[in-house]
Amino acid sequence: MSPTLSALGTTDLLALLTSATLFSIGVMGVLLRRNAIIVFMCVELMLTAVNITLVTFSRVHGIEGQLLVFFVMAVAAAEAAVGLAIIIAIFRHYQVVDLDRFRALKW
Amino acid sequence: MISDFLFYLFAGGATVGGLLMVTRRNPVSAVIFLIAVFFCTSGMFLLLDAHYIAAINIILYAGAIMVLFLFVIMLLNVGHADWRDLRTPFGGLVGGAVAVAFLGLLARRLIGDVAPLAGEPAAGLEALVAEQGAVGVVARPLFGEYVVVLEATGLLLLVAIVGTIFLARRESA
Repeated sequence: MSPTLSALGTTDLLALLTSATLFSIGVMGVLLRRNAIIVFMCVELMLTAVNITLVTFSRVHGIEGQLLVFFVMAVAAAEAAVGLAIIIAIFRHYQVVDLDRFRALKW
Repeated sequence: MISDFLFYLFAGGATVGGLLMVTRRNPVSAVIFLIAVFFCTSGMFLLLDAHYIAAINIILYAGAIMVLFLFVIMLLNVGHADWRDLRTPFGGLVGGAVAVAFLGLLARRLIGDVAPLAGEPAAGLEALVAEQGAVGVVARPLFGEYVVVLEATGLLLLVAIVGTIFLARRESA
């Protein structure tokens, strides 16, 4: 076992496992769903999964991981505001939030 | 130990909540389950000695961002489940492949002898928290070493506000 992981306890490994699972669920949601709002929420789920990993490793590598989580949350807030405004603007145009109907920028 | 049991509870709750979130057809139920996931992650952060992160996770994610989602669902009147919004199963295959890849990487790091991650293990975060407090331990480097990044984040939020107002403006006049 590598030194970093041997410094982590059982709960930390479970946290990494949960993080990987949540990230995979988020990827699956982004690829499977067509509702733009739910796809957007899956992106937030993936960001949270990354935050869990950062917090877990900050127990071993110092406080910088938690600082990074802080910045991830700030960027997530900005991204949610702009993304939802884009969804509203698109909804005004098409009257749906179905991603398969938004094909103006597709080939 | 009670904290171990709580940690298992929160981890299981987050996973189940995430699964329920992606499978809901009604966006409002999906938002509610995502809020449950955020509360479970906050519990995990608490048990991982990240008290300040746990607090702002609830205040910012569950309190602000998810309310924004609910507002948009209400504004667009899409809070009903009358259309099937699944794509082809190709997406599920890719997602499953990502899951298997992640779990494989984790297992390989656990059992195989791969190169260790850089850095010195065991920094003693708990002692630092006891000395400086839960907020101080994050605030000191944030306003000291990383103050430029903090200001850049403030600028990013300002740009986001301006962009949102620009996008949401009605072009009626």
